[in-house]
Amino acid sequence: MSAPLLWIALPFFVGLFIMFLLRERFAVWVGGGTSVFLALLALFIPIDTALLFGSTSLKIAPSVQFFGRSFELNAADGPLLAIIYGLAALWFFGAEASGAANHFVSLGLMIVSLLTASIAVEPFLYAALLLEMAAMLVIPLLVPPYQKPGRGVVRFIIYQTFAMPFILFSGWMLAGVEASPGDLGTVTLAGVMVSLGFAFLFGVFPLYNWIPMLMEEASPYAVGFLLWALPTFITIFALGFLDRYTWLRTSPQLSNAMLFAGIIMVASGGIFAALQRHIGRIFGYAAITEAGLILLAMGLNTAQVVPIIFLLLIPRGLQLTVWALALSIIKRKAYSLQFSDIQGLARQYPVAVAALVLAHLSMTGFPLLAGFPPRLAIWQELAGQSLLAAFWVFMGMLGLLIAATRTLAVFVMTDEVSAWKLTESWVQMSMLGLGVIGLFIMGFFPQVLQPFIENLPALFERLSQ
Amino acid sequence: MTVEIISWVAVGLILAAATIILITRDWRISLGALAVLYLAAFWLVTRHLPIAMGTVKLIAGWMVVAILGMTRLSLTTLDKQEEESFWARGGWFRVVLMIIVALIAAGSSFRMEAAIPGLGLPVIAGSLLLIGAGVVHLGVTSDLLRVTLGLLTLLIGFEILYAALESAILVTGLLAVVNLGLGILGSYLMLAGSAPLESEEEL
Repeated sequence: MSAPLLWIALPFFVGLFIMFLLRERFAVWVGGGTSVFLALLALFIPIDTALLFGSTSLKIAPSVQFFGRSFELNAADGPLLAIIYGLAALWFFGAEASGAANHFVSLGLMIVSLLTASIAVEPFLYAALLLEMAAMLVIPLLVPPYQKPGRGVVRFIIYQTFAMPFILFSGWMLAGVEASPGDLGTVTLAGVMVSLGFAFLFGVFPLYNWIPMLMEEASPYAVGFLLWALPTFITIFALGFLDRYTWLRTSPQLSNAMLFAGIIMVASGGIFAALQRHIGRIFGYAAITEAGLILLAMGLNTAQVVPIIFLLLIPRGLQLTVWALALSIIKRKAYSLQFSDIQGLARQYPVAVAALVLAHLSMTGFPLLAGFPPRLAIWQELAGQSLLAAFWVFMGMLGLLIAATRTLAVFVMTDEVSAWKLTESWVQMSMLGLGVIGLFIMGFFPQVLQPFIENLPALFERLSQ
Repeated sequence: MTVEIISWVAVGLILAAATIILITRDWRISLGALAVLYLAAFWLVTRHLPIAMGTVKLIAGWMVVAILGMTRLSLTTLDKQEEESFWARGGWFRVVLMIIVALIAAGSSFRMEAAIPGLGLPVIAGSLLLIGAGVVHLGVTSDLLRVTLGLLTLLIGFEILYAALESAILVTGLLAVVNLGLGILGSYLMLAGSAPLESEEEL
């Protein structure tokens, strides 16, 4: 048994099995169960270490050969796999409560397995191809067969396809830069190539315009899943780039570019969110702000880059799940998600509205919620480097807070005197309740993430020095 | 020498086919031109890759053409309005855009050949022409078939150049999957909205 077969091939084939052979109601349990099993396996069974069960010895081999190239998942990848499949399980279990499009679980499992393959493939540059394939698999989730595709989905696939050639070329050029670092022309060109590639992948300002568009035209739960999955793996891919190439890691120009791109994303995302009158678009801008924070963290001059980024990534998965689930529940009642259509819905959907607002507040970095500890760490590092940068990040967060306040005000305002009632199903309330409890636990006791985060710097050894 | 001449003929075919895809309104002619593009790209790719690997790209490309063609054939309601004329709106503007792309490709090819020797001038020229044509195409259209054609054109251009730099079987296979995936995705998006809404109870 090898690790790539377990964490890449198995979920992919389970996804295929669910798609063709299972009904929707069983799909959630099989897909979610598989993800939980894989998360627990990654957490408790070390890769490449022999374990004795009575007289039987069990060892998960770290690599497998495929068409002359290898897919490798080492012992250091264990906590990462546990995080990925643990968060994926949350999304899959939430799918039933959200009433998301058919095939969410099957396609979701295949997407996660392809994205896992992107962190396992050697040479790691080929990840760009796997990311493109995962992006293509997302499309049926975003556009059900009965719905005309909108502009957002077309832009999404164009930008993701543009990214792939830039990344593959830049990888080839960076190898040349390593060999002759004095060649300024090649160095500049490689820098531009890699920056453009990641700008398309990350949706750096102004290339994120597809996100709010998608939030208007597609299922919020499916878009939420996309906004969780792709940036998470792109971040890991980008960290791999920085870790492998000394020139990139030590270039002050590149770290400044990442820092400023991140600040622009945080500030613009927050300010635009404050100006919206559509709660789906607000969600999109909040996700952009979060991606900006990740980019900003990568540009910080500190050895704590890896722990800070993973401290952001883990709560991010939970925040997006809770928020997207609450949006999906509300969307069943108010299809457009415009402010004018959701007025007073807090009286009918109190649990969904409370969960939505708490997830939103968590993303603004509200104290005692899951988003607070990572933002505190970023503030601390950023304030030491540039107060002006810290000011603009503050503006972004303030914009998100204003958006949260406006959303709450719209949800509770109503002319009619109607009684409060619980319209959500028990499954929806349980999922939202668990998610909100998780947000509070991560806010009150951020040390619960320590077992996952403490070994992750081993994945990016040079970056952590 | 013969090989070199055939390579330049392939570049000429690429220029002609890419221009036709950009200016024509008839989807049949566009897909025919795409098939020609794959054939010309096959020749340029085999300058650096074994024929077997080039064939994979050619077959995958022609499969994409077939998928798109069959899908478009099933969407009969759109035919009449598109068959009124050969030229797309702003046809001359598009021709001018292709001339600009050709001039940029011609100018850049020599510089690129000097920077990365051994690639071959026809390979670089053909690749840059296709990348430029793909970008231009994506810039002037929002029609789903056209967007798919633009993305595929861009990818073919990239593949010609990348084949000269990277010859791994896995990359060739994954790029073929990406091509096929884009074709299937284009078909899916064209069909989306025409399928009736079915609930589980109805099935």
